[in-house]
Amino acid sequence: MIVETGHFALILALLVALVQGTVPLVGARRGDAGLIAVARPAAFLQLALVAVSFAALTWAYVVSDFSVVNVATNSHTDKPMLYKVTGVWGNHEGSILLWILILALFGAGVAAFGKNLPAPFRARVLAVQSLIAVGFLAFSLFTSNPFARLDPVPLNGAGLNPLLQDPGLAFHPPMLYLGYVGFSIAFSFAIAALIEGRVDPAWARWVRPWTLAAWMFLTAGIVLGSWWAYYELGWGGWWFWDPVENASFMPWLAGTALLHSAIVVEKRDTLKSWTILLAILTFSLSLLGTFLVRSGVLTSVHSFASDPARGVFILGFLVVVVGGSLALYAVRAPSMRPTGMFAPVSRETSLIVNNLVLAVATFVILFGTLYPLFAKEMGYQVSVAAPFFNIVFPALMALLVPFMGLGPLLAWKRGNLREALRRLRPALVLAVLAGLAVAFAAEGPFWASIGVGYGVWLTVAVLSELAGRIALFRAPRQALRRAAGLPRGAWGMTLAHLGIAVMIFGITVSSAWQREEITVIEPGDSVMVGGYRFVLDAVGPVRGPNYAAVRGTFSVYRDGRFVARLTPETRRFADPPQETTEAAIAPLFTGDLYAVIGQAQDDGRWGVRVYHKPLISWIWAGALVMVLGGAISLSDRRLRVGAPRAARVPAGVPAE
Amino acid sequence: MKRKTQRMIFLGAGLAILAFAGVLAFFAMGDNVRFFYSPGDLRRLDAPPSGAFHLGGLVKEGSVRRDGMVLRFVVTDGAAEMPVAYDQTRYGLVPDLFAEGQGAVAEGALGADGTFVATRVLAKHDETYMPPEVTDALKRSGEWQRGESK
Repeated sequence: MIVETGHFALILALLVALVQGTVPLVGARRGDAGLIAVARPAAFLQLALVAVSFAALTWAYVVSDFSVVNVATNSHTDKPMLYKVTGVWGNHEGSILLWILILALFGAGVAAFGKNLPAPFRARVLAVQSLIAVGFLAFSLFTSNPFARLDPVPLNGAGLNPLLQDPGLAFHPPMLYLGYVGFSIAFSFAIAALIEGRVDPAWARWVRPWTLAAWMFLTAGIVLGSWWAYYELGWGGWWFWDPVENASFMPWLAGTALLHSAIVVEKRDTLKSWTILLAILTFSLSLLGTFLVRSGVLTSVHSFASDPARGVFILGFLVVVVGGSLALYAVRAPSMRPTGMFAPVSRETSLIVNNLVLAVATFVILFGTLYPLFAKEMGYQVSVAAPFFNIVFPALMALLVPFMGLGPLLAWKRGNLREALRRLRPALVLAVLAGLAVAFAAEGPFWASIGVGYGVWLTVAVLSELAGRIALFRAPRQALRRAAGLPRGAWGMTLAHLGIAVMIFGITVSSAWQREEITVIEPGDSVMVGGYRFVLDAVGPVRGPNYAAVRGTFSVYRDGRFVARLTPETRRFADPPQETTEAAIAPLFTGDLYAVIGQAQDDGRWGVRVYHKPLISWIWAGALVMVLGGAISLSDRRLRVGAPRAARVPAGVPAE
Repeated sequence: MKRKTQRMIFLGAGLAILAFAGVLAFFAMGDNVRFFYSPGDLRRLDAPPSGAFHLGGLVKEGSVRRDGMVLRFVVTDGAAEMPVAYDQTRYGLVPDLFAEGQGAVAEGALGADGTFVATRVLAKHDETYMPPEVTDALKRSGEWQRGESK
């Protein structure tokens, strides 16, 4: 019964979404307050129905109801409860339902918190949001129904892929989806603004907090995924330029550009049509990401078993969304005239450079990701290897990072380049010194000194900007008070940029000075790597809740001093039969010690793989600092309060 | 400065960055585009590929041997077979989902003795997943049956 209730609620949600997607649009066009008023309650009702549906599926997982196909193919009675629940979105149908739930959640969020948006505008936003929901609800009900029944009912489920039974991965998809789907709000605002034919600073004020929230979740989601790949897959890598990784990275890059250009719209009332375009593209890239993951058209470590009908459906949806919104854009964008003028040296210009570089980087990654698809159409099968991205992407970022230091020091409208460069002198000098020191004192590839130089540049430049703002050197006594009085948005920017700097250090140092050793040893033997001695103390069997494992115990010493104990495992699961490698990692501040135990050899020795990865955890620490910056910025009162009402058409009056 | 001039300058700057990326991408593509062949495709070629490429197919049942840390196996697409050697000491342990009878894609080049020397063996997320290239290769060789892999 509960499962049927869930199915029924999902069908009702589709009907509600159809109403919410059409009636308020008509109402806003005619200026009919009654029709406009449909939007808000419909958004809440839609959320309630989807929540019931999601809860029903979760229930089926919790009680292991194997009469539901989805549960039978993805769950098992032996699974720990946490993974029964997270198993709900560990598969195609359930993850689409999660996507819909988050979409409805964001829609209801606009309905709840958008009280001071003009009613017709809010109605249009909610309608567009609901039209996206119609697409996904139809997709779920017609091609990927999570509530389909199974007859006869199997005695037990097939189990969840053990690689996915991991806390890092359990929360990776919801985070990622909060990010992907969060950009739908920016998209809905953009389409609503195009329908009304106006974009003003108040619009940007509305879009920014939503975009920022989506960006934070996407950042956190990508990082969780990368962290999972690092410790679970046992390859020791953290980013592979895999098509599906790229699919999450492209909306991130476009969303980052959008965050910056929306600031220009808000403060200076210019770059309006570009910002609208970015909002459309960011969400389109999120949809493209979904298409790439769900259709299985590209070879990827992430591909799920795929069904061509689904790919065709999402592709069709993608064409409608992208085509429709771009057509609307082509008609309406020319009417959006900017008012703010600015000089060539100004903060506007540096933000435009940011946008240009990020847009080109997104395009290059899109090209590299889709190239195999085009090549396949031309009759040959190719793939683009990771080094392609590793050459092009850092080169583009090398253009961007200097402006990250410079931009915040330039004033809006007209900046003083000479003054900014004077204040950046310490950053420049220290960066060059650090680069030279690395080039001459440390043995490493040539790009390592460039990377370290960039990291130093960005750190010092961001700190100089902060010091200037709080007058650290001019009036040191009041500096603390000034620091406390800084707008949270300023702190957010400072932290986010510092996070990038920390990440640059982590990426550069860990790639340049990683040391690894793969060898065959017997218990009692040791391996030296990066100045650390890994002693294999013992290898023995252990039993887990639903697997049997072989566990190796390593003691790690540096200069004869004990540093850490590592216990990597190879786990063998029964349902489904599969082996997973559990790397053991000791994260030290200066770098990670990483050990993997491999296969037993015939002579009683074991294959082992040990690494020293200097500063690698700085990559994730940097991302966390970025997310923290976003959170602090989001708590800024100016964003919460929103836009002044007077800037908009009064409620109830037709916009045209 | 007129708004139009300013717009042209930014357009120019954008095109310059795009051109920079394009030139880089062009040179980076040259070395990093990998063609995909199945063992059957290789036999049909007039000359064996000289550089690195991807070899895909099924890991033949009963063919996996471990020579210390060197893994040897045979990739088949039903039409032809190709022996593969993969040195785990140099390139890392094989992924968890590597198994006999499963689809696999290996990256590497042909060695002097006709063995494919792999530098990477691609892993899959999902035990029911088959790389699309492998599916296509099996279809070409007539080995593919619906329902064999869902």
